[in-house]
Amino acid sequence: MDLRFTEEELKFRDEVRAFIRENLPDSVRDKLVAGLHLAKDEIVAWQRALNKKGWAVPGWPQQWGGTGWTPVQRYIFDSEIQQYPAPQTLAFNVAMVGPVIAQFANEEQKKKFLPATANLDIWWCQGFSEPGAGSDLASLKTNARREGDFYIINGQKTWTTLAQWADWCFVLARTDSQAKKQEGISFILVDMKTPGIEVRPIQTIDGGHEVNEVFFTDVKVPVANLVGEENKGWDYAKFLLGNERTSIARVGVSKERIRRIKQLAAIERVGEKPLIEDERFREKVAAVEIALKTLEMTQLRVVSGERNRVKGKPDPASSILKIRGSEIQQATTELLMEVVGPYGMPYRPEEGHGHNEPPVGPDYAAPMVPTYLNWRKISIYGGSNEIQKNILAKAILGL
Amino acid sequence: MDFDFSEEQRMLQDSVDRLLADRYSFQERLKHLKSAEGWSRDVWAQYADLGILGLPFAEEDGGLGGGSVETMLVMESLGKKLALEPYLATVVLAGGALRHAGSAKQRAALAPQIADGSLLMALAHSEPQARYNLASVRTTARKDGDGYVLNGEKTLVLNGDSADKLIVSARVSGGENDTAGVGLFLVDAKAAGVTRRGYPLQDGRRAAEITLENVKVAAGDVLTADKGHETIARVIDEAIAAICAEGVGAMESLTNLTVEYLKTRKQFGVAIGNFQVLQHRAVDMLIATDEARSMAMYASMMSGESNAAERATAVSAAKVQLCKSARTVGQEGTQLHGGIGMTMEYEGGHYFKRLTLLGVLFGDHDHHLRVVARAGGLEAA
Repeated sequence: MDLRFTEEELKFRDEVRAFIRENLPDSVRDKLVAGLHLAKDEIVAWQRALNKKGWAVPGWPQQWGGTGWTPVQRYIFDSEIQQYPAPQTLAFNVAMVGPVIAQFANEEQKKKFLPATANLDIWWCQGFSEPGAGSDLASLKTNARREGDFYIINGQKTWTTLAQWADWCFVLARTDSQAKKQEGISFILVDMKTPGIEVRPIQTIDGGHEVNEVFFTDVKVPVANLVGEENKGWDYAKFLLGNERTSIARVGVSKERIRRIKQLAAIERVGEKPLIEDERFREKVAAVEIALKTLEMTQLRVVSGERNRVKGKPDPASSILKIRGSEIQQATTELLMEVVGPYGMPYRPEEGHGHNEPPVGPDYAAPMVPTYLNWRKISIYGGSNEIQKNILAKAILGL
Repeated sequence: MDFDFSEEQRMLQDSVDRLLADRYSFQERLKHLKSAEGWSRDVWAQYADLGILGLPFAEEDGGLGGGSVETMLVMESLGKKLALEPYLATVVLAGGALRHAGSAKQRAALAPQIADGSLLMALAHSEPQARYNLASVRTTARKDGDGYVLNGEKTLVLNGDSADKLIVSARVSGGENDTAGVGLFLVDAKAAGVTRRGYPLQDGRRAAEITLENVKVAAGDVLTADKGHETIARVIDEAIAAICAEGVGAMESLTNLTVEYLKTRKQFGVAIGNFQVLQHRAVDMLIATDEARSMAMYASMMSGESNAAERATAVSAAKVQLCKSARTVGQEGTQLHGGIGMTMEYEGGHYFKRLTLLGVLFGDHDHHLRVVARAGGLEAA
């Protein structure tokens, strides 16, 4: 057991750091530090810079652009991106649909989609959740009826993140209504420009527009867009969701936030002293830092154990990462909100919404409450934390 | 970076697990607990045969040359079975002080005796006024010819009642809370002027109040006359790392015991483990145990850190996690067992008691959280 990074691992870390510094515009970094949303072209530009370097899709098979990195290198890469902070690669492309296509699709589909997915020429969105199928995803009702060489898709998806920017959607749809609910589902790739698709925005409590409802009315999709076998979509979805859980801990994001908390708490004053010198506040920060160190060690244990595991079978302990990772990220947003104190209250729309009023209070204060509100989502999505506990109770405790 | 254990390390842990599986049933443990010393000399001799009593000592001093990872593995195994023998007192605490402050001659004289099981030692450091402040030492060491004369009171000396020799901290110079001027002295437990009053702790383990009245220490028995505090701080950090691992073992056992109970106990016509509210509480125990394991590994790594301030902050962080996890696992384990968990005749409650005491030992949650906070946290701002 040696928990320190090796010389080579440290060298790799420096290489990643240098690349980010040289290739990411400061304006993007500043937005991320401030807790503001990025524009689509900023995300696309960064993904393409990574792709040019050969780092856009580290976990994919090497033939399709994967880097062949060790799990530790992948951890270092993610961690450096998060801590800088730089934009994370688009999960729908890189962590979700890409690996499914690489693993289960036919050659033609791989050639058509994988390079474009890595380069973000295609922006994907996820057509999984439905109004009646949240945690119980397998009860989904969106239907894909076979007619000759086409599927005719009808139904409604919801919570579809950034569907307003998406070119394609990977959809779970029912292709056999007679089968047991997990066994009649297929994984189908749908061009968002197909007639019959309507995207309606959902405004979330922070005032933002990230998620949407997507309606499918007689949407005609070539059978060639089916991934893998018909009615095996649930297996591919489980494969995908397992990948999602391990990437959701985001230790680097929380580290960066703690840095920010300390930075702002040195500016904010309580009476004569900076807030950071208030013992009670300092202890609250320390408690989150300790929880984060614990999470980091747990993540490193999972990462380090990956080489001993069967490929494609996520460690059930990744559910622990999801639960604690989301709780700690939420704790950092609470502290950020508490740091700015009363100036968290005034509502200010983000730039680009035609709002030119001068800010009330310090410039950094306005995004804190929206961020706090927005980040309640992470204990809900990716399989709610309660669902993760069900997984742990069953898979590890045998209950 | 590598979290795997070597083949030798796995064999070491297996050998301790096997011995305890064989010799430490709950009933046998209760018998040891009720004996006068509160532990088993017979099992102690078997530890010596396995080599674990000489584990951390250098090979040239007659030990096995093991590091913090080996100690972690042994402590975890001892924790799983709630082994009562004075391993922490003799090998980790007194043994640590001997390793870090003792001369080659002192180490050569004592380490082989600890290793073969013939010598029991205890670290007499804590004092009534100190609470968790390691620098607080009132006991005095007055120069007397080549040696010293000690006077003072030591409290909560773990296994101090059965120790043959004590390592006593005493102030050679400076004020009550000064980190400088503390010495460490080797004292025969039966020396003139040493009075010991042994008593049981809440979990049945033993400790002693020790009074030193004009106790003479020869020059050859002085471990250090001025670096006592640094040594104690380092030894206590190592001991915290060790009890983090002990706690992991105990939490794992209590979690397993609880899950088994949920699978067998029937109410309303079904095993109560079918109830989701209980499943989630059992998962809370699982997560707490896993988190404690992560931080026990971190503590094990950081207890060897050469920068004392970094070491102390990291170990305090691990102790905070131990305290939190121990409380969660102890309380939930008891709750999920229902009434049976409240009884002395059932194993579960004994784990709860040990975990509760581990939360207090060497500083509680709030103490260590304060240490981390005052250091400015774990990450540079």
